[in-house]
Amino acid sequence: MAVNKYLRQRFFPHLWCPGCGHGIVLNGMLRAVDKLGMSKNEIVMVSGIGCSARISGYVDFHTLHTIHGRALAFATGVKMSRPELNLVVPMGDGDALAIGGNHFIHAARRNIDITAIVMNNRIYGMTGGQYSPLSGQEVVATTAPFASIDPSFDVVELSKAAGATFIARTTTYHVKQIDDFIKQAILHEGFAVVEILTQCPTHFGRKNKQGSAVDMMKLYRDITTPIGSKAKQENPNLIERGIFVQEEKPEYSREYDKIIERATRG
Amino acid sequence: MAKPILKSHRIKADWCKGCGICVEFCPKKVLELDESDRAVAARLQDCICCRLCELRCPDLAIEVETE
Ligand SMILES: Cc1ncc(C[n+]2csc(CCOP(=O)(O)OP(=O)(O)O)c2C)c(N)n1
Ligand code: SF4
Ligand code: SF4
Ligand code: SF4
Ligand SMILES: [Mg+2]
Repeated sequence: MAVNKYLRQRFFPHLWCPGCGHGIVLNGMLRAVDKLGMSKNEIVMVSGIGCSARISGYVDFHTLHTIHGRALAFATGVKMSRPELNLVVPMGDGDALAIGGNHFIHAARRNIDITAIVMNNRIYGMTGGQYSPLSGQEVVATTAPFASIDPSFDVVELSKAAGATFIARTTTYHVKQIDDFIKQAILHEGFAVVEILTQCPTHFGRKNKQGSAVDMMKLYRDITTPIGSKAKQENPNLIERGIFVQEEKPEYSREYDKIIERATRG
Repeated sequence: MAKPILKSHRIKADWCKGCGICVEFCPKKVLELDESDRAVAARLQDCICCRLCELRCPDLAIEVETE
């Protein structure tokens, strides 16, 4: 298969559960890279810790598997020292916005040229199903057996407010959007956020009685709608999919280049 | 655009975890799970080469090749 050349096939079958959406994100991301025609050496994937973060072990790019919540900090270091490389940082919802929330907003504020992929299964998959800042009210988790009372962040609104210059959202049901949005995010010069709703049938699905992976994907089909659709006007509870923000602003590593130039002018 | 012609439809049985995603979302109902819960192309003659099974497989176990 065209994307097999990007895989470390010796680690397959991978360790994600049957039907885990993270594999669909991996699948779509590789197709985006393939369409861009990039060589393995042009991409650096940095991840933290979580089921989602295991993704960096499976791809044959430059990869860094770092610590929980800190992937963007490591990626910032790589980008500052090698600005010509393309940084891709896939993160779980906990990784990105619980422990990693601080790094997330500041990477967005700086508009550093990194593609952040938020693999949002609304739960801590790896550690057994604790709720996250993206779970939302009424979600049942091991740490909220009677339902969570925490409102969730909206990744799109949060990213917008923090300064990200490319923001998109889709789901594992809408696979063609996964590769399209990731492709555009990588091409975008600045901090790009792609949120992908991805099923964790093992913890989120089971605890919230959402059925199998197939059932969860059907739910993504039914509870989402394209941005600004008529359906959204009629049912405000639908979650919008699409590209929300795409704008040009000064990019951090380029601005830093100017400072280096100023400092070395003599 | 000319209709794509199917060259091969390969499923890596040792990568497949039997989640049933490809089976459920194939628009032509080409796929099934066998008795050991592995995906098989039971009605390959109906395949329209849309590749949705390949794109949605979380285990990267399917490859649809066209001429
Ligand atoms: C500093 C630190 N704190 C906590 C943990 C334990 N831990 C590992 S993964 C994880 C959360 C995983 O959830 P998420 O980021 O949403 O990824 P998922 O497994 O759901 O893909 C936690 C809390 C850790 N490894 N390191
Ligand atoms: S626990 Fe959930 S997130 Fe982790 S591999 Fe299993 S299904 Fe995926
Ligand atoms: S989607 Fe992939 S892993 Fe799931 S049943 Fe089909 S071939 Fe097997
Ligand atoms: S390519 Fe399309 S029609 Fe053919 S088996 Fe896959 S999903 Fe079904
Ligand atoms: Mg998670």
